[in-house]
Amino acid sequence: MKIVVPLNSVKELENLREQAQARLVEQAKKIQVKVHLGTCGISSGANKILETFVRQVDSRKLSDVVVLKAGCIGLCGREPVVTVFAPRKEKVIYYDLNEDKVSRIVDEHLVGGRPVMEWVLPLDAPLLKLQEIRVMHNQDLDPMDIEQYIARGGYQALGKVLTQMKPEEVIDEVKKAGLRGRGGAGFPTATKWGFVRSAQADEKYVVCNGDEGNPGSYMNRAVLEGNPHSVIEGMAIGAYAIGNVRQGYAYVRAEYPLAIETLGHAIAQAREYGLLGKNILGTGFEFSVDIFPGAGAYVCGEETALLHSIEGERGNPRQRPPFPANVGGGLFGKPTTINNVETWSDIPQIILKGADWFASVGTEQSKGTKLFCLVGKVNNTGLVEVPLGTPLGKIVFDIGGGIPNGKKFKGVQIGGPSGGVIPIEYLNTPVDYEAVTALGAIMGSGGLVVMDEDSCMVDVAKFFLQFNKDESCGKCTTCRAGIPGMLQILDKISRGEGTMKDLDTLEELAEMVASVSLCGLGQTSPNPLLTTLRHFREEYEAHIIDKRCPAGVCKALVAYHALEDKCLPTSDKGYLL
Amino acid sequence: MEPIDAEARPKEEISVGYAGRIFRRIQKMIDETGGQAGGIIRVLQQAQGLFGYLPAPVIKTISRDFKIPLSEVYGIISFYHFFSTVPKGKYVIQACMGTSCYVNNGAQKLLDALKKELGLDPGGITPDGKFSLETVCCFGCCGNSPTMAVGDDIYTKVKPSKLKDILNSYR
Repeated sequence: MKIVVPLNSVKELENLREQAQARLVEQAKKIQVKVHLGTCGISSGANKILETFVRQVDSRKLSDVVVLKAGCIGLCGREPVVTVFAPRKEKVIYYDLNEDKVSRIVDEHLVGGRPVMEWVLPLDAPLLKLQEIRVMHNQDLDPMDIEQYIARGGYQALGKVLTQMKPEEVIDEVKKAGLRGRGGAGFPTATKWGFVRSAQADEKYVVCNGDEGNPGSYMNRAVLEGNPHSVIEGMAIGAYAIGNVRQGYAYVRAEYPLAIETLGHAIAQAREYGLLGKNILGTGFEFSVDIFPGAGAYVCGEETALLHSIEGERGNPRQRPPFPANVGGGLFGKPTTINNVETWSDIPQIILKGADWFASVGTEQSKGTKLFCLVGKVNNTGLVEVPLGTPLGKIVFDIGGGIPNGKKFKGVQIGGPSGGVIPIEYLNTPVDYEAVTALGAIMGSGGLVVMDEDSCMVDVAKFFLQFNKDESCGKCTTCRAGIPGMLQILDKISRGEGTMKDLDTLEELAEMVASVSLCGLGQTSPNPLLTTLRHFREEYEAHIIDKRCPAGVCKALVAYHALEDKCLPTSDKGYLL
Repeated sequence: MEPIDAEARPKEEISVGYAGRIFRRIQKMIDETGGQAGGIIRVLQQAQGLFGYLPAPVIKTISRDFKIPLSEVYGIISFYHFFSTVPKGKYVIQACMGTSCYVNNGAQKLLDALKKELGLDPGGITPDGKFSLETVCCFGCCGNSPTMAVGDDIYTKVKPSKLKDILNSYR
């Protein structure tokens, strides 16, 4: 076993970086086969691909080839994915692999030096070229190896703030970068930190919100599985900037076992290397991170509910103020900042490369890049990272490659059960916090579910209301009783029993639920209904007036009739003659 | 296997036998993690990991040791989807009902096929105790929908026709 001496100064960190980098350079003199092992990859059989490569490389004694593990690069629909790095050559990405394809790649590419072009994803494909990779920049490294992260400049930002920057300067830099919360609401991160810093308390907390319960999005899972140290480093920098923070918590939902394992391993390694714990890098700064695995409750993504959950209670949201940043409002009553996984992972690069670099992409109000999960009825499903303000159409059609099977695009659902459906007319909308909100949806954490002509908007609204109904904690009457009320009416409409007056009732109910409910879940729960009603009203009317479901989804409204000229004669017993 | 006594007895009385061992395990969990933030949820998670569900005597022990009324402990258990007070199968099958799986039209078909194959409704358990069926919202494998999990293994792009093969590998 390797014995690690905790790093005692920034100088020692720099030395380690040089050594680790030299090792990576040495390794790059060989042909590197990197198998991408995220949850998507593993469930598609990437572990078998890894084994097969290792076996074949071993049995053929290819001493100039190394087979390595790496994080997910986001081509989720095309897993298993393998990247081959050969010295002085451009990298080659293979997708849709299976075990049978491995030996030909070994023969022709690893031995013969000629990539098997028919299985290669061209590097100039729009899917790759139109992305701006920043948060995901370490996904070709082994997430289980802290030294690879350090080789790429990892924990340098932490060293820099601890030795060269005052806490206020850190907050100023984040403010200058214009970083806004990646969890969905888009609150300026520096402002939040400023509130917690100015709250008077001798103990404060930082919390990482990884309770990504929003179905259809998994950005946080990908970051935690592929780049866990960036989150830990970000939290440590935040802890220093806020002051009086010795403990951080990472709340990760229980449905992500690999993310919990990877982050747990990363925390243990960081502690071993003296990058978490009592005397970080010999500066006297103390900070630790603990994982708190969720127990399956969507509402715990709401900040006050999340805090209750860490305190060991039911995850019921509560009235604000006091805000978590205030005395008496945070974890165990102490001032607390809660930021999303992606927000934390943006921090080290802002410190290291500067606010100007971060703000060089994006829009006036929304700076930097954002991860989106492009899923549903789209050709290239997966994780994409683009500058904020990229038009929706560019994401869906250029990066996503359009709709499969020649079907027609109908809408894209953004923001999950709190968001809404955006129709084709608005595909030029730049995806930033304000523009999406103006359309009645919310940015949310970044899930984009594409829907084609086969999706019925009444049914989609029903789906999300059902979800919100199941996940409502039951505290507010409007949410507990209002959502089932709306659902009942929608059900009636989908059975063809609705009236035009029902639409008014729905709007009235939605308004009430949105304005009276306490937390984000209740307040935003009518959004899927309201946006479909606003942008696809004719579909509701078809259900009500024509008793017809244009997409053919609502079973009660699908009429079957026989095409007489296609009928075959049958006997009187009913079987074909 | 001996059943666990329904009444949680004082620690010192339980010194021998299976029930004693079980209660010592629970006691150890409480001693080790009880003091951490949210200790009770962590202990409940570990206990569920140990038994596959939360038997009544275990809940009573936890309530007593944390000095939290039993009603509140049940309040916590019923709030979180992951906790169950009824036994689950050796392999818990979870069919994803998330947005992407739903929109791709596969989630319902997959669930119907699972129901038929196992002869279960969500929440049910097979008579041999091997499988139980649940629905969940999202493993975050939305790019490869429809998805399901058998125990800790996640399966993506599941075709109902392949279901028998998948389940047979656990039988």
